[in-house]
Amino acid sequence: MPDDDLTRRIIDVIAKTQHIPSEKITLDSTFQELNIDSLDGINILFALESEFNVNIPDDAAQNIRTVREMVDGVTRLVLGGADTSAPAHAS
Amino acid sequence: MPARRVVVTGIGVISAIGNSVAEFSEALFAGQPGIRPMTAIAPGLLRFPNAAEVQGFDPSRHFDEKEIGLLDRFAQFGVVSAREAIADSGIEWTPQLRERTAIVTGSCVGGKLTEDEGFETLYRHNITRVNPFTIPRTMANAGASRISLEYGVTGPAWTVSTACSSSNHAIGQAFWMVRNGSAEMAITGGSEAVFSLGFLKAWEAMRVVSPDTCRPFSKNRRGLILGEGGAALILETLEAARARGAKIYAEIVGFGMSSDAHHITQPTAEGPARAMRAAICDGHLQPEEIGYINAHGTGTAANDSTETAAIRSVFGEHADLLAVSSTKSMHGHVLGAAGAVEAVAATLALTKGILPPTANYSEPDPACDLDVIPNESRRAEVECALSNSFAFGGLNAVLAFRAWR
Repeated sequence: MPDDDLTRRIIDVIAKTQHIPSEKITLDSTFQELNIDSLDGINILFALESEFNVNIPDDAAQNIRTVREMVDGVTRLVLGGADTSAPAHAS
Repeated sequence: MPARRVVVTGIGVISAIGNSVAEFSEALFAGQPGIRPMTAIAPGLLRFPNAAEVQGFDPSRHFDEKEIGLLDRFAQFGVVSAREAIADSGIEWTPQLRERTAIVTGSCVGGKLTEDEGFETLYRHNITRVNPFTIPRTMANAGASRISLEYGVTGPAWTVSTACSSSNHAIGQAFWMVRNGSAEMAITGGSEAVFSLGFLKAWEAMRVVSPDTCRPFSKNRRGLILGEGGAALILETLEAARARGAKIYAEIVGFGMSSDAHHITQPTAEGPARAMRAAICDGHLQPEEIGYINAHGTGTAANDSTETAAIRSVFGEHADLLAVSSTKSMHGHVLGAAGAVEAVAATLALTKGILPPTANYSEPDPACDLDVIPNESRRAEVECALSNSFAFGGLNAVLAFRAWR
C-alpha cells in the first residue's frame, strides 16, 4: 500500500517535470497515456533523486512504465534509508 | 566524364585496443576488448566503473612541452593517428599537393578535458583567471588545424560535429571532395577524449552506460561503454595512387546520410535504413554485394534492436547472408571518433579478408537475430562493407567500401 504523502510528492514531481497538471496523474496512469517518453523518464528520475535524496539504479529504472510502478519503486528506496523530510536541494 | 574512383592509401589509429594500426589490428581480430576499470576518474564517483581508455599514451613521446601546452588530449589523438596514416601512405609532399589536400575531421565535444579543468579552477577553486590556451585547446578543429600546420597543408580544412556520427560525416565529405575533384587528396577521420568527471556525470544521467561491459546484440546487454581515441584515413584518387605506386587498402565507394526527424534521442529504423540505402545507391552497388556491416552497435537496448530492424528492411532476405559486428564491444564507443575508428576496422576487414567479431556476446536476442560474428573473428573475403554511425539528434551517416584485389 503506497504511502499517501510520498505518492503525492512523487506525482507532484512528475507534474512539475512534465509541465502537466497533477490532477491529470493517477496511480493507474501509464507513461504512454501521460506522453512520457524515455528521455522524459530519465528527467523525472533525476528530479526524484534530488527530491528524495536517493540513488535510483539504472536497472531498477529501466522497466518502469506506470506511475504506480514508479511510486512503488521510489517508496521502497525512500523507506529503505534516506531522510526524506526535506528536499535534498532547494530549487 | 566518369566519376573519379577514390581509394584508401593510409590508415592510423589510437584506441583502447592499440596505439598503432598493428596493435589495433591484432586485438581487433583476436576479439580482445580494451574495456577495463577506469583510471581517469577515482572509483566510486560514477555509476559505471569501466571504460575503454587508451593505454600507455605518453604525450612527451609525440610532442614537445610547448606543443603539449597547446593540444588537448583529443587533439593529440587526432594528430598522432594522422601522422601514422600519412607515414603509412608514403605521400611525397609537393607545393601543389599541399594546396590540393583537404583535411576533414570529426569530433563530438572537442577539448572537453581542458574545458573541465578550466571551469573547475574557476568555479571550485575561485581562481579567477583561466589558462589563456583554453580556447585554442578546446576548439573542436584543434586537431585539424594542428595537422594543417604540421604538414603545411593549405587546402580546405574543417571539422564536423554531429555527435556520434561526426567522423562518418567527416569521412563522407572528404570522400565526396576527392571524388568530385574539389581536392586531390584528403586527410580525414576524427578523435575524442572525454574522460572528465563533468562530462561523464552527464552520460551517467542519460542512463545508457553499462555498469559492466558492452555486449552489442546480446539479450543481456546493459548499455554502451565510453571510449577515447582517434583514427585517420588518407583518401586519394585511384589514378594518383596507381601513378605513385601506392599501397591500396580498399576503395571507398559510397556515402549516405539521413535524419530521422523523429526524436532527439530515440532511434528509428527508417532513418538509418535510408542512410544505408543512400550509401549503397551513391556507390552504385547492389545490396547483395554487401557482405559485412560494421554496425553502430552501441550495446544499448534501443540501438541494437532498431539497427537490426533497419538492416532487415534494407537487405530483406540478404540480411541473413551478410555478417554484422560491433567492434565497439572492444574499443568502446568513441563518440565523435567512432566512425573513424570503425572505418579503419572495416578497411582492415576487407584488406585482410577477416571479419572482426562482436566481443562479449553471450545471449541471443530474437530482436537482434542477425549473424553478429559472436566472439571470434571469421575468414571471409567479402566484396563490399558498410560502416554505420547513428547519432543522438537522429543524424545518420553510412560509408560503403569495396575490397581492393
